[in-house]
Amino acid sequence: MKYYRAHVLICSGSNCAIKGCQTIKDALVAVLNKHELQSEIKVVDTGCLGWCEQGPSMVIYPEGVMYSRLKNSDMDEIVTEHLLKGRFVHRLMTQSTDTLGLASPLNMTPFFQKQRRVVLKNCGLINPERLEDYIHAGGYTALATALDKYAPEEIIAMVLDAGLRGRGGAGFLTGKKWSYTKAALGEPKYLICNADEGEPGTFKDRLILEGDPHLIVEGMAIAAYAIGASKGIIYVRGEYDLSIKRMEQAVLQARENGILGEGVLGSGFNFDIEVCAGAGAYVCGEETALIESIEGNRGEPRFKPPYPAEKGLWGLPTCVNNVETLANIPAIIENSPTWYRSLGTENSPGTKVFTLTGNITNSGLIEVPMGITLREIIYDIGGGIPQGRRFKMAQTGGTSGGCLAEEHLDLPMDYDSLASHGSSLGSGALLIMDDSHCILDLTHCFLKFFVHESCGKCTPCREGTPALYKLIGKMTAGQGNQDDLELIHRLARTMQDSSLCALGQTAPVPVLSAFRHFWPEVEAHMTGNCLAHKCFSGRGSKHDH
Amino acid sequence: MIEAPNKRSAQIDVFVGQPGGMLKALHALQSQSEANFLSPADIKLVASKFGVPVAKVWGTVTFYSLFATTPRGRHIIRVCENAPCHVVGASDILAALEQHLKIRAGGTTTDGLFTLEATSCLGVCGVAPAIMIDSTVYGNLTKEQLPALLAEYRQEAQA
Ligand SMILES: Cc1cc2nc3c(=O)[nH]c(=O)nc-3n(C[C@H](O)[C@H](O)[C@H](O)COP(=O)(O)O)c2cc1C
Ligand code: FES
Repeated sequence: MKYYRAHVLICSGSNCAIKGCQTIKDALVAVLNKHELQSEIKVVDTGCLGWCEQGPSMVIYPEGVMYSRLKNSDMDEIVTEHLLKGRFVHRLMTQSTDTLGLASPLNMTPFFQKQRRVVLKNCGLINPERLEDYIHAGGYTALATALDKYAPEEIIAMVLDAGLRGRGGAGFLTGKKWSYTKAALGEPKYLICNADEGEPGTFKDRLILEGDPHLIVEGMAIAAYAIGASKGIIYVRGEYDLSIKRMEQAVLQARENGILGEGVLGSGFNFDIEVCAGAGAYVCGEETALIESIEGNRGEPRFKPPYPAEKGLWGLPTCVNNVETLANIPAIIENSPTWYRSLGTENSPGTKVFTLTGNITNSGLIEVPMGITLREIIYDIGGGIPQGRRFKMAQTGGTSGGCLAEEHLDLPMDYDSLASHGSSLGSGALLIMDDSHCILDLTHCFLKFFVHESCGKCTPCREGTPALYKLIGKMTAGQGNQDDLELIHRLARTMQDSSLCALGQTAPVPVLSAFRHFWPEVEAHMTGNCLAHKCFSGRGSKHDH
Repeated sequence: MIEAPNKRSAQIDVFVGQPGGMLKALHALQSQSEANFLSPADIKLVASKFGVPVAKVWGTVTFYSLFATTPRGRHIIRVCENAPCHVVGASDILAALEQHLKIRAGGTTTDGLFTLEATSCLGVCGVAPAIMIDSTVYGNLTKEQLPALLAEYRQEAQA
């Protein structure tokens, strides 16, 4: 293998691509060529490091120095100072230097210090387009171990012991779901990886697929072996061009190298994966709607039962798992369920990937042990609220989750404690809002999403979402009254009880949690007061075209 | 713009008989349509090829937001208006685009160059507020950046 004296890793995830990482890379390569350094220094495209706010960024090894918020014009200085003379460019550095002039390790910077990277371990460190890089980082050993050492039942038992819960939103025990699919009658069985990510504020699956696609191939292959599936489908959101491309490439590489296809890694197990692109509908993330969509139909949810484990794709046993769920599997097999349980909490073991958005200094992608508090995420990792403003609320779990107030900052982030406060961990979206925002104006915005995305199949959701939207709109206009409040509660109850799928069942959650945690502010609107001064002046309903 | 039906038909022949091939056929037809949409003739064609009622194809096409049934501009501008973008100023971006292009969300400019659409989360909220022009995402936008951005597309169209 060729030896390079330095490696420059440039993040090429979507969020950095937007900020111009490609032009940065071109500029860097041009300067390197000018100094004839191309044979000494290697430039590598990697996946997302997570610190999107700071992008585009690069890390130079062996020193492990991270430079951020780069411009093309900075490349000259980085090459002549750092790469030629060995002097760090302090003004662009993310971390500090110690008394010896060494860069403090990246994992000691506040943004990374409290993180624990299991799912994202390769993101930002390997070139996602090269199978060799994944294998160098220890990839596909878990699959080899699984096929070689364990029976399918043992794999299921390990995942059950680890206590892994589905990361797609509902938090169902993955091992249990697998055992149902394994026990179901019918051939072939299908394994579907749900990458339809559409929950507002969520972009973790995208960055996992872009940053480490082979991890998903490996996770899917192990899952398929466990449940006895011979066909895998990964359903990726239609807008995620780069994810689709990287997955197709990874599947092809795996197939060419005997990792997929007839006799996986020389065993008797056959498994192949097809990449399928969505066509733009949030509801298709619901597992039965997703199956309808793969079958080429309108993506409307089916009645359950029968559950997909019994009758899924083409009426055959099907297991649907989220990207992040599958990304946890190789680590569990490799390190043992006990190791996995040493992370996180009793009822929510492991780590969780969160996406930080809204009024927060370091927006981006993070992975932390379950049970970390909201305060640690916002202030230690997220760098706090910008522009000297005050924290007002956080919405967890995306638009179908609830809002938490300041008094909840010390709540541990896990499935059960969030559920007990009327919210949810959901997809891991964390929307942080400062005190310039009005709770009702935001609720109105959340509801607009549901009005737009309701598929129309069941009446409570089709009729209920616009009715709720109108009622909240009336309140933001200062025209709400006591009767409206009662109607809102009745409507919310009906939708929760009788909607066909979780879309309609969770649409009232933001409304109810606003009423529960921010009642004085809601009530003030009834007497013509918007405490945040957003409503009534025409501003609050601006997004209502 | 109306192409010979057998040319359109050849574009989708590979998908007929494939399980779930109808959506793929629709994707293929739309991506090759100059005005970025599926015409009634396209829909009839798919129905006859797949042996299903026209109503079923119509219902499927109108269900998904990536498909359109009316002609659209050469470039589709999609503005995310969900909460994570909203709290950092997405409504100002949409308003500025409407003003600059002199159309409302859903409309197409008279020169046929741009269609403006308001959409749900584009999955790039780490750099909100964000828009997509065709398949390129632009994030961390301010309304001041918009005229220059659109000018690039106009220049390209003239070249
Ligand atoms: C409206 C709606 C949208 C959903 N969107 C997604 C999604 O984008 N990704 C996902 O993995 N699960 C989504 N789900 C949950 C899936 O139905 C399913 O529970 C999940 O894919 C199972 O995987 P898991 O057990 O690994 O979490 C959605 C559910 C509903 C009701
Ligand atoms: S909310 Fe706008 S891109 Fe996600």
